[in-house]
Amino acid sequence: MVPTLIGRIQTRLFLLATVGVVMTLLIMPIVPGTDAPLGDLYVTGLLVLAAVGILGIGWELIYHLLMQFRWEKDWPTSFGLLTLVPEGLLLYFLLRSGAIGFIDPIPSSTFWTHFTVVWVSMWLVANGPMRVPFIRWRFRGGRVL
Amino acid sequence: MAAPRKPAEAGDLTPELLGTPQWTDQMVAAAGIPMYDVPFLTVGGGIGSFVTLDYLRIYGVPTGQMKVVSNIDHPWQTYEFLTRCSQIPRPERIRSDSSSRPDNIWGFPSYGLEEAWKEKNPIYLWQLLTEPILNDYWTPRAGTVFANLEREAKRIRYWDMLVKGQVRMVRKRAGGGYFTVVTPPEGAAPTKRIVFRSRFVHLAIGYPGLKFLPDLQEFRTKYSDYQHVVNAYEPHEQVYEFLKTRPGTVVIRGGGIVASRVLQRLFDDREKYGLKTQIIHIFRTFITGSHGPHIWARRKGGDGWAYQGFNYPKSVWGGQLKAQMRKLEGAERAAKYKEMGGTNTPKRRRWQEQMRAGRAGGYYHAVQGTVDRVEPTPDGRLVSYVRSSDGIIREPVADYIIDCTGLEADIAEHRVFADLLQYGGAYRNPVGRLEVERHFEVKGTASGDGALYASGSATLGGYFPGVDTFLGLQIAAQEIADDLAGRGFVRKMGPLRSTSQWFKWVFNSPV
Ligand SMILES: Cc1cc2nc3c(=O)[nH]c(=O)nc-3n(C[C@H](O)[C@H](O)[C@H](O)COP(=O)(O)OP(=O)(O)OC[C@H]3O[C@@H](n4cnc5c(N)ncnc54)[C@H](O)[C@@H]3O)c2cc1C
Repeated sequence: MVPTLIGRIQTRLFLLATVGVVMTLLIMPIVPGTDAPLGDLYVTGLLVLAAVGILGIGWELIYHLLMQFRWEKDWPTSFGLLTLVPEGLLLYFLLRSGAIGFIDPIPSSTFWTHFTVVWVSMWLVANGPMRVPFIRWRFRGGRVL
Repeated sequence: MAAPRKPAEAGDLTPELLGTPQWTDQMVAAAGIPMYDVPFLTVGGGIGSFVTLDYLRIYGVPTGQMKVVSNIDHPWQTYEFLTRCSQIPRPERIRSDSSSRPDNIWGFPSYGLEEAWKEKNPIYLWQLLTEPILNDYWTPRAGTVFANLEREAKRIRYWDMLVKGQVRMVRKRAGGGYFTVVTPPEGAAPTKRIVFRSRFVHLAIGYPGLKFLPDLQEFRTKYSDYQHVVNAYEPHEQVYEFLKTRPGTVVIRGGGIVASRVLQRLFDDREKYGLKTQIIHIFRTFITGSHGPHIWARRKGGDGWAYQGFNYPKSVWGGQLKAQMRKLEGAERAAKYKEMGGTNTPKRRRWQEQMRAGRAGGYYHAVQGTVDRVEPTPDGRLVSYVRSSDGIIREPVADYIIDCTGLEADIAEHRVFADLLQYGGAYRNPVGRLEVERHFEVKGTASGDGALYASGSATLGGYFPGVDTFLGLQIAAQEIADDLAGRGFVRKMGPLRSTSQWFKWVFNSPV
């Protein structure tokens, strides 16, 4: 899928709300580095997803701007995976510094396991299986609506 | 002496029919032409017809509701002929990418996953992950494409819908819909023509024809030599065979992917058989580096070529350029086409190496120039008179000239389009081809509750630029299928049916 700006944002929010939520429910019982009650972990995990969504709108604006320097106005598959690094780091430091007050502090191994699993799953789904139920999605720049 | 006028035999077109834009059922009956009813008819039977039928079958249309009229036996026949001539036999890789799959409307699993799985080759996955940054685009083997098309054609029972014949014209029907006049193969029908009466017609007749560079056409007709000046899209093995027998010189014209392919063949043969072939490559537009009006619209290039993965920038098939073009009309649309158009070829690492070696070894010479004329030399070779923009005149002598410009003929050179422009209400778009709606209905041709659609190269210049590609034909097919759903011909496919149909595709069970 080659995204448009609105398509990027919609796809991100849609995948967070579906794949992200499912993966959070699956992974939280087994994440390392914490002995917090599962209920608390779920709350934290879902809040992290929300933060990825909200910060993501800003990120997508930046990606869209960068994409303009590419003649093809495309976004190679690997970029969708590698953006995990800057996005993860920013979120991690924001959490660490307490800038996102509504999320309790998370041990780093817990954060990175959850974040990476969710990110890679979303990336895999966006690069194929997403097209199975939504046959028009890839021709519309990633718009879900 | 004029031939005596024969009265039209029964079952043939009459002067009355020929001269009337809109026909009634009685007129056709009076001419004695047998008439068959089918709600949806697609003309062509190539990749464009195939993907359209594939969509509609998967949406739920039974075979009995649709026919395809074609002069070929299987949908990939013309494509295979053209690719083979232009040096892509079955084991070689085509241009389009992994998820442009005309046999699978979802594009998943992509060809890359399939070949990686079948050949147990994880390197393909690495290439898919790193394309086009660290690696060339991964593209499928021609053979993979054909084998899968055959599987899907069987699955949707393509041959139950196929009618062999040459379509002569499509005319509007009084009361709605269309008549499609078909000339069946000799002896296949009692009359010279048969007619299909349908509410919906789809035209996917591919390229209207091949066009030669004018100077080469002139040479061919003047000296009636069709052996030494050839088009890359026609069989020209004799060139490569000759070069195996003695050292020779070849002139190549054009800067597109076909020129790249032909060059590769010449270089490969040189290496494989230790040949001494000399190659002179004439570019009309010689590109020396990145080019484009501003930093946000700059394409890479060099050594004569403009480089681009596919025949259009990738986002025309679904991203930003697709969304932008969809909104443009008239001159603005034409300007946008111009901005992203131009002949180009992918920058493949192997081709770059071969050309580098050729330049270093002094057997590959690329020059800018326009050719004024081509003449035979006394010893039976060919001299081209080439004028460069810097004023230098060159007169290279060669044994063969291969025209790789692949110029497409005007749409009106195809009878069906000519008739449609003259009698059907169709007209041209800003780049001179058939003007179609965003849903690929040919503008000006509506007839009652019927609709006439077109897809493929004839519709280039419309709201969607990537028309003449597998993925573009599928995008058109989806628009058409959704439009037909809006008209009540079939139910629009939603996520549930799509998913269940996908599983049927996976298990190769009937739709
Ligand atoms: C050398 C080459 C390589 C290409 N490589 C790629 C690639 O890698 N990826 C990609 O996506 N696209 C590629 N394309 C572009 C395009 O996808 C193919 O050309 C494709 O076959 C176009 O499909 P079509 O249905 O428009 O035409 P075709 O497949 O050519 O089918 C049209 C058919 O209509 C028939 N026909 C014409 N007139 C009549 C009539 N009056 N009555 C009955 N039948 C008629 C013709 O015989 C023809 O068989 C390539 C094109 C060429 C020439």
